[in-house]
Amino acid sequence: MCSLEKRDGVFILTLSGEGEHRLNPASIDSILSALAHVNENAHLVSALITTNDGKFFSNGLDLQWVSEFSSSRESRSQILGLKYAQLLVAVMELKLPSIAAVCGHASAGGFIFALAHDYRFMRRDRGFLYMSEVDVGISIPPSVMSIIRSKVGSRHLTEVLLGGRKYTAPMAFKAGIVDSVHENSGETLQAAMDASVKMGKRNWNKEAYLQLRFSLFPEVTEKLGLRLKGRSPLLSSL
Amino acid sequence: MCSLEKRDGVFILTLSGEGEHRLNPASIDSILSALAHVNENAHLVSALITTNDGKFFSNGLDLQWVSEFSSSRESRSQILGLKYAQLLVAVMELKLPSIAAVCGHASAGGFIFALAHDYRFMRRDRGFLYMSEVDVGISIPPSIMSIIRSKVGSRHLTEVLLGGRKYTAPMAFKAGIVDSVHENSGETLQAAMDASVKMGKRNWNKEAYLQLRFSLFPEVTEKLGLRLKGRSPLLSSL
Repeated sequence: MCSLEKRDGVFILTLSGEGEHRLNPASIDSILSALAHVNENAHLVSALITTNDGKFFSNGLDLQWVSEFSSSRESRSQILGLKYAQLLVAVMELKLPSIAAVCGHASAGGFIFALAHDYRFMRRDRGFLYMSEVDVGISIPPSVMSIIRSKVGSRHLTEVLLGGRKYTAPMAFKAGIVDSVHENSGETLQAAMDASVKMGKRNWNKEAYLQLRFSLFPEVTEKLGLRLKGRSPLLSSL
Repeated sequence: MCSLEKRDGVFILTLSGEGEHRLNPASIDSILSALAHVNENAHLVSALITTNDGKFFSNGLDLQWVSEFSSSRESRSQILGLKYAQLLVAVMELKLPSIAAVCGHASAGGFIFALAHDYRFMRRDRGFLYMSEVDVGISIPPSIMSIIRSKVGSRHLTEVLLGGRKYTAPMAFKAGIVDSVHENSGETLQAAMDASVKMGKRNWNKEAYLQLRFSLFPEVTEKLGLRLKGRSPLLSSL
């Protein structure tokens, strides 16, 4: 589901496997485990890069898992919602800079997962960013919405979310959703590595970096309950 | 530390003196006194332009003043934090349009002071805008962060604050942080004068202008406690 490596003082988390890299409790737990390891070793590296193999970065929540048994649909839906929020919290609480090197389609929860990272680098010729919720007809809770509102400029917010527009990398760059565009997966990852090494030379105090991220995004900090002692009861039940 | 003049129906406040025009209680009080005079006479002029002589607009808080005596470090830190917030409040409560004519380096608190103004005109060839806090490893309180979040578009927020990027005038213009770029100090000030005279001809109701500024930036109004009767106890103790 994912693999973690350390290369040249940078952690690289790769979303892997067949298919759309959908997020369910098992795949989320595997990512959370990797992110916990990254955080424990944040002082040793310059950044985390999250990337993917195959055609998909991630197409979001595993709705098939939710609907697997009709009698469990409601409880599975709740569980997956909570796990997904836990995933966003983990990304926002990373004690180091984070870059999503998007080398494939990212829609809905997969797109939001990429938005939760500090920066997004994207491959020009494969994949688009797409907030599919309006087409599927589902709602987005305020805690998750706060990430979208904090990272997508007001100029493009309506089109991204209410318009369900599909953004190729060049469109996303123009809209300020993605920070840079690269020719292929290799170059995208390399650019993310170069940026990470450059940030590493700044020798930032990681705890200060985290606090600055929290204060930079107060709506997310409040609504996702970041770093609160005895976090929101909803999340601490997991 | 600063001088105030009235020219062609425009107030010009010049941050002056040797060095980096650092902000400490003495220099802040001198600016506050000038701003109070501006506000008392706002009905007679079209705008306030804040500019600088020398190589620096302002490099922010005077940390040397804070650390002058180790036994007073904590209390001086608190005092300076409160005085600085008082300065931002005074700029946000100006009863007339404000333009920062930035003709030198502006970093950290100096950059934020410039952001608190309605507009920024900048000299092309001298100085950069730089949020140095991430490099120094210090945090920014929510009240002050609200100014940054309100004036820097979400597209550039992460790079400005978490990335600690240094913006030359052309870069700042491209990022929407600065409204126009000019060849030298004289032209920057002249452009600010021209803009002020132009605004003066609009004959704006100054009280309405102020209320519009408050409502345009509700997060700042709330977090800095603008114009509240019996303001936040923290600030009213000064």
